[in-house]
Amino acid sequence: MNIRDKKLHGAKDLCIYGEAVASRLLLGTAGYPSPAILKEAVTASAANIVTVSLRREAAGGRLGDRFLEIIRDLGVRVLPNTAGCRTARDAITTAQMARELFGTDWIKLEVIANDDTLQPDVFGLVEAAGALVRDGFKVLPYTTEDLSVAERLQRAGCDVIMPWGAPIGSGRGLANATALKSLRAYFPDATLIIDAGIGAPSHAALAMELGYDAVLLNTAVAKAADPVRMAEAFAAAVRAGSIGFEAGLIPSRDMAVPSTPVAGTPFFDLE
Amino acid sequence: MTKREVTIVGAGIFGLWQAYTLARAGYAVRLLEESREPFARASSQWAGAMIAPECEAEGAPAIVRDLGREGLRIWREQYPHAINNGTLVVAHGRDAGDLTRFANMTERHLAVGAAHIEELEPALAGRFERGLYFESESHVDARKALGWLLEQVRESGAEIHLGTKWRGGSHDIAIDCRGMGAQSDLKSLRGVRGERVLIQTGDISLARPVRLLHPRQPIYVVPQGDGRFVIGASVIEREDDGPMTLKSALDLLGSAYALHPAFGEASVLETSAGVRPSFPDNVPRILVEQAGGTVLRVNGAYRHGFLLAPVLARIVEQYLSDGRREGALFSSP
Repeated sequence: MNIRDKKLHGAKDLCIYGEAVASRLLLGTAGYPSPAILKEAVTASAANIVTVSLRREAAGGRLGDRFLEIIRDLGVRVLPNTAGCRTARDAITTAQMARELFGTDWIKLEVIANDDTLQPDVFGLVEAAGALVRDGFKVLPYTTEDLSVAERLQRAGCDVIMPWGAPIGSGRGLANATALKSLRAYFPDATLIIDAGIGAPSHAALAMELGYDAVLLNTAVAKAADPVRMAEAFAAAVRAGSIGFEAGLIPSRDMAVPSTPVAGTPFFDLE
Repeated sequence: MTKREVTIVGAGIFGLWQAYTLARAGYAVRLLEESREPFARASSQWAGAMIAPECEAEGAPAIVRDLGREGLRIWREQYPHAINNGTLVVAHGRDAGDLTRFANMTERHLAVGAAHIEELEPALAGRFERGLYFESESHVDARKALGWLLEQVRESGAEIHLGTKWRGGSHDIAIDCRGMGAQSDLKSLRGVRGERVLIQTGDISLARPVRLLHPRQPIYVVPQGDGRFVIGASVIEREDDGPMTLKSALDLLGSAYALHPAFGEASVLETSAGVRPSFPDNVPRILVEQAGGTVLRVNGAYRHGFLLAPVLARIVEQYLSDGRREGALFSSP
């Protein structure tokens, strides 16, 4: 095996529940200036998967028919989410509704502890994940960077774990990069996706450089001054970070290392 | 010389401005409205009715701002009851970033500090450190303005037929301003639900609309006289106009309370929900159909009905007089 074999670095194609996905950027669909701009942004991002929130837009399954058509016309896979659900039971019901509405057994599972911080309720999350897996769902849980929670989610049957970078919509990037690194190292084979908190393309690139499999974001694109251009920027950043990881980053060190050897350098100041 | 006849269908904000504009331009106007009571089914009756082209630019494309500036000018020229006190935009300290973003997305504003905020709105003294003041903007009382327009149309000698359904065809010129009522004829028209609350209190007064930025539930509070305030408005991709949900009520009223605790003792007079007719880019259109006569479909107000109605009416008048299709509004949505 050669040092340049990319498997050595843990790089692999993005795989979600057995399905290969080309783009490592997943995009949320909320909060865009208009459906027309959403559509352009999704195209510019080259994302293959978009998340759609069901809770609010479709209370009682009444998501606007025309809006639904627009989402379906995007030509990408829809990953419904349970955004805004406060209890495991609430999330389970919403997931079942989503399965009906979108005809998919994939669900991005959110159980929110607090409306203000939007912190995941990890206890409710593990409970709901177990119940949904038993019900045949393929669950993508939105969680914190906590190792033991990730372990329990995995034990509950989640192949994919989605730790936050920072609180939803905060745009703070990877607030605890050290813990996210540990998580990556601890679960070398799981599909790990950074979900939430990304503000700038550089944050997304960093997530990929840490070896994460993909990045999921919404606000950073939807609320940008020009969402379409920002989607393009994130596509480029995710690609750059991903190639950078596969290419093998050099280790950082405390001292300078001259890129040109000093020994044998001619002396120019002998006059 | 006989007057040119024109039939306008729908007496919401678009239809009324159209009727008013064309009647003044010398057309023989016939205004049809399906409901028996004026405005009973018009989503514009629930509007916050801010004439705020600068603030709306935060989320709307430049064309809405540019046409909206003309809309503002026409309202100020024609409507005697416009209140021209501008708009104040504020945010709590922890949402200061949202204020910066709002400033970056908009023009013609003045950054104001605590002292200036107090001067503009004494009731908000000490509550906000930073804000944006949009001096050029106006607001109106939605129902009063709709009533005034209907009265003007009536006085102009136009025929007004309430409780009359449009049967299509047979007119030389028909202007379809039915909003969501035209959905079956406009494939890409969708409804966007909006909810608002009307409250009343004597404990606090505001001179102008105040927008409170918040990452989840931004609100506006529009003073409507007699201590009444409209608090709005949610934007939900859903087409039902059923009663307000508890969550929306909590969000809107909670935000109003966060703007000022004095709203805590206000009476809740009315909660309501409407559906805004919208095209995919949330920009209105004037769509020309030639089938026997001419049918102009003027629709897609989204949340800019009051702002843009006078301008759309003026552009339609222009088209009828010389066939000129001004701007991008005639393009397919």
